[in-house]
Amino acid sequence: MKIGASLQRIYAIMAKELVQMRRDRMTFAMMLGLPIIQLILFGFAINTDPKSLPTAVYAQDSSPVVRRVLSAFEQSGYYQLLRKADSPQQGSEWLAKGEVSFVIHIPQGFTRKFVRGEQPQLLIEADASDPAAASNAIGQAKEIVNQALRTESLGPLAYLQTPPAQIDVVIHKRYNPEGITQYNIVPGLLGVILTMTCVMITSMAMTRESERGNLENLLAMPTRPHEMMLGKICPYILVGLVQTLVILGAAKYLFAVPFFGSFGLLLAGVMVFILANLCLGFTFSTVARSQMQAMQMTFFFFLPSILLSGFMFPFRGMPHWAQSMGEVLPLTHFLRMVRGVMLKGNSLFELQQEFVALLLFIVVVGAVAILRYRRTLD
Amino acid sequence: MNELAIDVRGLVKRFNDNAVVRGVDLQMPKGQVWGFLGPNGSGKTTTIRMICGLLEPSEGEGRCLGFDIRRQARQIKDATGYMTQKFSFWEDLTIRENLEFVARLYNLSKRRQLVDATLAKLGLTERQNQLSGALSGGWKQRLALAAVTMHQPELLLLDEPTAGVDPQARREFWDEIHQLSNQGMTVLVSTHYMDEAERCDKIVYLAHGNILTQGRVADVIQQAGLITFQGKGEQVRRLAEQLKGVPGVEHVAFFGAALHISGRDRVKLQSAIQTLPSDGTHWQEIQASLEDTFISLMQDAGQDTREHG
Repeated sequence: MKIGASLQRIYAIMAKELVQMRRDRMTFAMMLGLPIIQLILFGFAINTDPKSLPTAVYAQDSSPVVRRVLSAFEQSGYYQLLRKADSPQQGSEWLAKGEVSFVIHIPQGFTRKFVRGEQPQLLIEADASDPAAASNAIGQAKEIVNQALRTESLGPLAYLQTPPAQIDVVIHKRYNPEGITQYNIVPGLLGVILTMTCVMITSMAMTRESERGNLENLLAMPTRPHEMMLGKICPYILVGLVQTLVILGAAKYLFAVPFFGSFGLLLAGVMVFILANLCLGFTFSTVARSQMQAMQMTFFFFLPSILLSGFMFPFRGMPHWAQSMGEVLPLTHFLRMVRGVMLKGNSLFELQQEFVALLLFIVVVGAVAILRYRRTLD
Repeated sequence: MNELAIDVRGLVKRFNDNAVVRGVDLQMPKGQVWGFLGPNGSGKTTTIRMICGLLEPSEGEGRCLGFDIRRQARQIKDATGYMTQKFSFWEDLTIRENLEFVARLYNLSKRRQLVDATLAKLGLTERQNQLSGALSGGWKQRLALAAVTMHQPELLLLDEPTAGVDPQARREFWDEIHQLSNQGMTVLVSTHYMDEAERCDKIVYLAHGNILTQGRVADVIQQAGLITFQGKGEQVRRLAEQLKGVPGVEHVAFFGAALHISGRDRVKLQSAIQTLPSDGTHWQEIQASLEDTFISLMQDAGQDTREHG
């Protein structure tokens, strides 16, 4: 009887929210349009493995060997040889201006030393102000040169062949062998987009009532805090799920991101993650006094979510204290879930920690929301 | 059985050390219609909000319908209907949706029939799918009244329900209030209109957070002991200026073409009139009106607070 009445009230609030959401065309459009735009924009834009980087060459030597080496740089895809520098100073100038990312120096007598087996040197100056931008190209440089020279060391120069190394290191790049950025970014974007929309929408939940003058009426009627919270949150679970399906559809058909794990498991993870964010948004809305404040809180939370969760920068690259902060953010756990399920084919067993973490977050934040919920106008 | 609908004592409400209500005692029996009067900012709304559990009193205690106003706000909310000063239903919901929302929140049975009946009684069946934000002021107030009485509350608290509503709509609104009262509902209604105050069983006059007087309209007028003379004639407009500040004349006000002067001392008032030049103005003692009484009360209260502080 009592539970029936309670469910009835939750349903009443849900129905009201859904109707209001439907009438607010702009918000409704944003909830569906924004994820698609963001996904397409960021999905195609972000690339953590930049190629075709502008490169200048300062060559003081010219020979088939040099040409071979330079063309190997170009063929690797990382370096695009655009300019020839007349002096080392000119190369530095271009580097300083940002017109090129690399300057390759070929010193005088490079070919002669090579033929004599004297280990000639080759200098690459790199603009490493953004370490991530240059690191892959730099990492490949040695291999590019060695590969090029090995093919050159045939016939009469066969004596230059270096003996094979003592230990053969075999590397298996698993889960994303081609290193395609989108496989990592697109599932991550699912988390980022859900964080933003879910927290923002519910953070407005109570502040909107008070700014439009409906709060007094709402509080004068018999509703309990948890009924209000559930009634305000449930409609947006639906919104979150629709966004999820849109993004997963795009991931498959637009970006061809593989999906190795169980769809059901991912959906369960998405549900828990959406709930965690909605609870947080509702908590913000019980603390904030205006929609403006609610918005500020959302952004205050959103930024660390992007930067410390492992979405943008490697999680393990952060110091321990920052990692601990990251562990508090729902997005951190969700990223492990979504990447785990989609790319690694993880099962619930491997993801149980992430589920527990998110559920704990929901319990704690939900409790805060109910304690903070203002039952009076004080 | 507790026969008092409202029984509060020593209610005080402070917002950041600023006392808005300073010790209100109110004992209101069930089944009556009481008017809550007083100037803007006198604490009417705050008192009503404390009674229905929307604000926690800083001091004092009391019961509403037998429930403790501090600890049993939920039960109070179930049994009262509170209509806010500003229209506070959802303007982006239709008329029907608003009523259905309320019916669901109170878990009312036979919801559909109830909403249908309410719409029919309001005469809004045809317009039920219009957004309530599109209604005119008078209609909004009628919708709000219908919505807050759908669950048949024992006590109805109305905060300036007819502010800004045309006279015809006001009269209809008050007919509705009396109908509800006849069904046994207790009604406390705040208002600035004297004609509305006169339709109440009793009135309570609040100023600066204190109850200055309460009782039946005739008693309140009598208690104030105000003597009023009415002057009629061609020259009354000129006389008004001369009479202001004359000893014994507490206030001077026009009622249409007539001038009312009032004070508590008949002899002084009469001598003030006699000193006026005879210009054909006809003077006559009349019964003090409620408005005269309130203006006088308000001026006294204003002086009091100035003296205190």
